[in-house]
Amino acid sequence: MWTTKGIARGFLTTPCPRARPEDPGATPGRPMATSVSQAGAVVADVCPTGALQLREEIVDVDLGRCISCQRCRRGETRMEWVEDTAWAVRLSSRRLPGKAFRHSLHVRVVDAGDGGETLRELKQLTSPYYAVHRLGIFFTPTPRDADVLLVVGPVTQGTRQALLDTYAAMAEPKWVMAVGSGAVSGVPFGPSFTSAGGVADVLPVDVAVPGNPPPPLAILDGLLNLLGRTPVKELLP
Amino acid sequence: MSDLPHAPNAALLAALTEILPQGAIRSDGDQAEVETSTQDLPNVVDAAVRNGYALAGIVVEWEGSGWLCHYAFYCSYGPGFVHILLRGTGGNPLPSISPRVFSADWPEREIEDLFEIPFEGHPLLGDFVLHNEDWPEGIAPMRPAYDSAEPKPPRADRVWRPQRFVDAPGAFSMSVGPIYSGIAESAQFRLESEGEQILYATPRLFYKYRGLEKIAEGQGIDDVLLLTERLNGTSALAHALAFAQAAEAIAEVSPPPRAEALRLVFAELERLRSHLSTIEELVESTGLGVPTAMLSSIVEDLLRLSGRVAGHRYLFGLVRPGGITLDISETESADIATTTWQAVARLRRIVDQLAYDNGFLDRVEQVGTLHVASALRHGVVGPVGRASGLGRDLRVIQPYGAYQGREVHVALAQEGDAFARLRVLASEADESLRLIEEVLASLPAGPTLVPWQPRAGAALGWSEAPIGAAFHWLRLSPVGCVLRWRVMPPSFTNWPALATAVEGFAFQDFPIILASFGLSVAESDR
Repeated sequence: MWTTKGIARGFLTTPCPRARPEDPGATPGRPMATSVSQAGAVVADVCPTGALQLREEIVDVDLGRCISCQRCRRGETRMEWVEDTAWAVRLSSRRLPGKAFRHSLHVRVVDAGDGGETLRELKQLTSPYYAVHRLGIFFTPTPRDADVLLVVGPVTQGTRQALLDTYAAMAEPKWVMAVGSGAVSGVPFGPSFTSAGGVADVLPVDVAVPGNPPPPLAILDGLLNLLGRTPVKELLP
Repeated sequence: MSDLPHAPNAALLAALTEILPQGAIRSDGDQAEVETSTQDLPNVVDAAVRNGYALAGIVVEWEGSGWLCHYAFYCSYGPGFVHILLRGTGGNPLPSISPRVFSADWPEREIEDLFEIPFEGHPLLGDFVLHNEDWPEGIAPMRPAYDSAEPKPPRADRVWRPQRFVDAPGAFSMSVGPIYSGIAESAQFRLESEGEQILYATPRLFYKYRGLEKIAEGQGIDDVLLLTERLNGTSALAHALAFAQAAEAIAEVSPPPRAEALRLVFAELERLRSHLSTIEELVESTGLGVPTAMLSSIVEDLLRLSGRVAGHRYLFGLVRPGGITLDISETESADIATTTWQAVARLRRIVDQLAYDNGFLDRVEQVGTLHVASALRHGVVGPVGRASGLGRDLRVIQPYGAYQGREVHVALAQEGDAFARLRVLASEADESLRLIEEVLASLPAGPTLVPWQPRAGAALGWSEAPIGAAFHWLRLSPVGCVLRWRVMPPSFTNWPALATAVEGFAFQDFPIILASFGLSVAESDR
């Protein structure tokens, strides 16, 4: 009975990664470097996390610290926002899984202090709109089967040991992905007495996807990055 | 309900004047303050409970030389708050009120752990927020002298012996979490059993304790607003709304009518999306793949709607004290109306179909039953309470913003099982749609944001979040720095009730009952 209902809803899946989806709501967008003459110098003071920095003629964006508060978008002085989804960056020079894992990449998700929104976006990846299974990416319940440890949240005191245990239980070769601004830089929670400044303080991170939360397509970009299917962007030191 | 007093506070305060000395009671509209002493506290609390007041939460503040302990009670049938104040000095224990008001159990344990204030008469203290295996003994992060910026090294010895409550031959304890299958939040549930049935359950949360209330101290109000939204990203707007209303009450500004109306629209949109995710997770826990996929695609439709209209899929950065940061056009208004209508129509078809699916009904009917007496004892809020016959909804009993003077239909069920919770969620989704359509049809014109100046003071803000009643207590310095921000989130109130609801049910029912409650760990851990 359910099967017919499901078929009746029709085909929803995004053409990504072959083509970009057209719906503007699929990504919230993010600020991009804007010239001072356009954005105004005071825009850097609007940013609560210090993600905007004045560099001579340009207001630069440290995307790892951007928490999508929208204040540089809605204020009187505005940054340019771009609605792209290629948000993933590489943090290590280790060899990534690449083509060998093309049809079977198993991901273990660990929550290390997320507010719930990044987990929801991860869950949306399995919805018919994104259906990551079609790309050979699977979420696995056990770390023993996992190739990738996907961490969300700034790593709190209470989750640190559980996270390390999960990583230790994974077989080599293994990779770590940090998803969400909390996992990338710890903002806006840490570093503090109970949160680290991101996953990189605890584990070696290979690929990071900033954003609060990053939309499903940006997380997908990170996963495809691991598989060598999207162009790799190195994060400047 | 006709014999209930029309001015609830007046009835309670009349009862309190008989107990308390002259001058101990101050009343201002719906908010009343009652100064009390350690001896009088039990009688005052008893009077509040007898008059139909429920505990919103306990706020502890440092006042130079001692503690100010503040018990906030809200009336469960009409507008009214009573704040019971008790002053204590340094190391003196406070009297525990949890033998009288069971819902004070968790707040008292939390305060004992974070402030190191002992509660006299509480049966189980310690190892609550600061887990014994992770945190060294003798630290009290919420005390003013504690440095929140200094990272604490993890504890090396990691000694922790789980406490067992069931004493029977062959009894064992099964731990679920903190990391368990699926994309789930980190929390642990210790289930004690003799074999098949769960005899006793202990939720062990606070793995994700981010110390938000501590790191907020001394920050500007705009920075704390960011933390408020990230408390629970899936009901960000409801928390931001409660927070902004507290700030507005301190500054005595009121947002323009158009801002109030838009706040309602977005709050109902968030409720609709959150209820849909809860229904999706419940259906997923019963193993029905197709309806799960259909429901998650409706959730995605609503997330994309939020992204299109508000620029953020989870409605961050929308509410600010003084109004709302964006306005919507005619086309966007039509987009909201059409997309939400479509979402609810699809949801309705799926829920109707689920009611005829015997495999599904077998797993949700008479499963995870929370009787009205237990719900009342725990002071359960939100859809979980309404499914157990507790019709408390802050939109109706303590109306705020655009809910004032508006009729809101409260969905109710009496059974208290997982299926009743599903029906309540579905019918609240209908009501959200009706409210969105009603408000969008008569959207007042005008500005959406008024300038405001922070000033010194303290106030309580509240809103009905998708999970239930959320209360924010805020104290500001003259320049707008946050001196104390205390969140009393609905999940924190409801988690202990989950432990009661799973008792007597089999292990395989546990994921279903957990999903049917739809609670957030992050919000509770703070």
